[in-house]
Amino acid sequence: MIVNEQVALDHGLKKDEYAKICELLDRTPNITELGIFSAMWNEHCSYKSSRLHLKNLPTKGKQVIQGPGENAGVVDIGGNDAIVFKIESHNHPSFIEPYQGAATGVGGIMRDVFTMGARPIANLNSIHFGSPQHKKTKNLLRGVVNGIGGYGNCMGVPTIAGQTNFDSSYNGNILVNAMTLGLVKKDKIFYSKAVGLNKPVIYVGSKTGRDGIHGASMASASFDEKIEEKKPTVQVGDPFTEKLLLEACLELMAGDSIISIQDMGAAGLTSSSIEMASKGNLGIEINLNKVPCRETKMTPYEIMLSESQERMLIVLENGKEEQAKKIFDKWNLDFAVIGKTTKSKKIKLFFDNEQVADIPVNTLVENSPMYDRKWKKAKLPKKNKIKNEDLKNLKIIDILKKVLSNPNVCSKEWIWQQYDHTVMGDTIQKPGGDSGVVRVHGTDKAVAASVDSSAIYCWAHPLTGGKQVVCESFRNLISVGAKPVAITNCLNFGSPENEENMGEFVECVQGIGEAAEYLKFPVVSGNVSFYNQTKDEGIKPTPSIGGVGLIKNYNKMITMDFKEVDNIVLVIGKTEGHIDQSLFARNILDEKNGPPPEINLFNEKNNGETLLKLIDAGHVKSAHDVSIGGIITAVAKMCIKGNKGINLKKPKYLINEIEYFFAEDQGRYIIEITKKDLKKVTDLLNKNAVHFDELGTINENQLFINDKTKATIDELITSNTSWLTNYMSK
Amino acid sequence: MKSSVITFPGSNCDRDMDVALKKFGFKNKMVWHNDTELPKSDLVVLPGGFSYGDYLRCGSMASKSKIMKSVMNFANSGGMVMGICNGFQILVETGLVPGVLLRNKYLEFICKNVFVKINNKKNTYFKNIDNDVLEFHIAHNEGNYFCTKDQLKEIEDNEQVAINYCNRVGDLEEQFNPNGSIKNIAGIFNKKKNVLGMMPHPERMIDPSLSGEDGSLFFNNLINNLK
Repeated sequence: MIVNEQVALDHGLKKDEYAKICELLDRTPNITELGIFSAMWNEHCSYKSSRLHLKNLPTKGKQVIQGPGENAGVVDIGGNDAIVFKIESHNHPSFIEPYQGAATGVGGIMRDVFTMGARPIANLNSIHFGSPQHKKTKNLLRGVVNGIGGYGNCMGVPTIAGQTNFDSSYNGNILVNAMTLGLVKKDKIFYSKAVGLNKPVIYVGSKTGRDGIHGASMASASFDEKIEEKKPTVQVGDPFTEKLLLEACLELMAGDSIISIQDMGAAGLTSSSIEMASKGNLGIEINLNKVPCRETKMTPYEIMLSESQERMLIVLENGKEEQAKKIFDKWNLDFAVIGKTTKSKKIKLFFDNEQVADIPVNTLVENSPMYDRKWKKAKLPKKNKIKNEDLKNLKIIDILKKVLSNPNVCSKEWIWQQYDHTVMGDTIQKPGGDSGVVRVHGTDKAVAASVDSSAIYCWAHPLTGGKQVVCESFRNLISVGAKPVAITNCLNFGSPENEENMGEFVECVQGIGEAAEYLKFPVVSGNVSFYNQTKDEGIKPTPSIGGVGLIKNYNKMITMDFKEVDNIVLVIGKTEGHIDQSLFARNILDEKNGPPPEINLFNEKNNGETLLKLIDAGHVKSAHDVSIGGIITAVAKMCIKGNKGINLKKPKYLINEIEYFFAEDQGRYIIEITKKDLKKVTDLLNKNAVHFDELGTINENQLFINDKTKATIDELITSNTSWLTNYMSK
Repeated sequence: MKSSVITFPGSNCDRDMDVALKKFGFKNKMVWHNDTELPKSDLVVLPGGFSYGDYLRCGSMASKSKIMKSVMNFANSGGMVMGICNGFQILVETGLVPGVLLRNKYLEFICKNVFVKINNKKNTYFKNIDNDVLEFHIAHNEGNYFCTKDQLKEIEDNEQVAINYCNRVGDLEEQFNPNGSIKNIAGIFNKKKNVLGMMPHPERMIDPSLSGEDGSLFFNNLINNLK
């Protein structure tokens, strides 16, 4: 095939990008080379629109062993233990083919983690769907949940937490973000940097097929009406092979024969080989006839661009080939020496005794395009004035029941019951709490993890929204008694070529950066997913933040269920009555304008750290952060989980009862303490200048508000648990 | 007491079972599916997971593994063999216990705590357990036990039903049946009661920090009965 500008455009490259390729090579590329450039220079692999802004994120910290730039981030959790973790999107493929799209998303992120030598110990996910009324939503939800479960369950890695949201902006572009945590010994971390000349380059895992060719390019474009034709770009997952690959890799890693290792993810053999060479400042030579292929007559172009799953590339020490091969034979996996490292600093490919590609590695990586896209700064919307007459006819209990059964608040048990969340025998906090928690096997330590997004707030004001998501993650970790350590982010946005979408990206990232810096909660890994739009309609800006925290003694872990009758319930943090963009304003008053709640980072940090002190002192019996739905929703969930009631009283504030209970002011937590600890607790809160209100005392099974209105906990349970089950069984 | 846990390609509860057995005093050995000799054992466990990816039919390929010949000989000569979840699926494929395991009734993977009623205590597995009802944990996609009417009659006549799904107080109504199993059957024995296959995972219930402790009760009792 003759390469010209049109062929380049068909590969998703821009005119000037094609011109730059010809200039860098000083000739016209052949088709294989063009394919390699298009794979390396697309948005998904090159971060060409986002790099400029991502570099401002705080990525360093006392516990950070490895920040962004590797397969995953690594943090120190004391002793010789470290946690490897990352979140990644698989949005486009999941919309085209929900089961395989979601399954391979989970498979891909686990590979990123075990590539670094870590055994995966927990999976999480953040999934967003269109309106429940949209005709595609139900099938997409079912397919995605089956896919996530199908892969994670088979691997034997517990899925310990997640979140599911519905909003019509995802009607044409669902989001599937998968996160994995792995445990590794600090002195046994593996990196992708190739070192040394003439070292054998090894291919292991599944055979290469024609699936997923141009997957990364597909993920770098918007959808149009021809979306069904893109099915062949979705990879097909085989969790059984990945389980074997995991065990084989860990067995090989126990020895000392690996120099570097890299999984074949997006852009397959192309990006894995180039990344290893680029990081090591080396060249790499591959004989494509040696690559194990599933199908006959595959061309060099197809072999290089296939995104077949469950494959790894390894640079070995010389002479260790036989020993390594034995391990892969034992696990029935392919093993092939396909090339070697060279000093040429070029990637050279051979096929049928001919050279089929010859590209300087730096042209693919350092010289890849980087854009300073135009972006529009968002204005802070004006506050709405809530009129008393709007609230007059509303009954708190009725609103509460509506809120509890809202698709974004209701119990997601139907989903997580389909995920194995207890395999590996260390899950001490299951899905449904503020964070999932797993013990560090054989120690007193435990790791908490949560994944959050707040697209409504980010849409209303990206800068505030960006800060808010980080704070929400911080709170979810603290609520289970974990000290927040670091985050990973998955940045899901519309088209970077649209100034407003780009503005949303820039300002959300700025907000994430500011909060992460202030809270000493650095970003150690992540990924960017642009072009989440169909034709011209983009999603609400949706950064997902995956937070990881450490509990030094797992016996001190906190859960959110109310524990004992007569215990006292406090809310930590000040309630100003911020109603704009709250679930109450949007769904009950039908008011969709206004600013999101403000973030005060000082209070956020102070309130959170003070709560950790209370937990450490053993004063806290249960805790839960206040998020969408406000104080009363948080309290109701604690009642539901603990099957207990509460006599709730509004403090004598100036604001209206409804505003007090449904406002979404930030930096707040509900805690349960015993009567005898009340003074000690309030003294400590006062000493640290933390605002608190006393909300009431726990009773057997009824919710009282100011001694009047009431509901039984059974009624609340029904409101909270029936929506999703009914929806899915219809 | 010596135990052996067999690891098949795709087993993923083998480590959990190893941890559990050791915690309650077994000297446990991990045995690779390609081995032919079974180490000297008082108990052999086929663990949960997705042996051979559950491709073809759950448990079917694993039942033809090299090691399974020794396991079958061991079982047929009276040795104690316990199959949990995927291990149960392997046992029915070998024919050591009767029946088959179909896809769950609602076609969904289920991971949750369940209650089971002990139906027969005249065997080494459940003898001396005071409780009639245990809280166990299930995590499976194909646990819907099925057999023919004739088989069922034979199973019941021989008192081969080990445990049934029930509620906290031991009621055996259909609503407490999580997967559609015939007669709420969660586990069955072979005729001699030395082979037990069951869907629930006792190894996930051995610590107050986990889902519960009735697994501890089960393993403690088992090792004492074996002594």
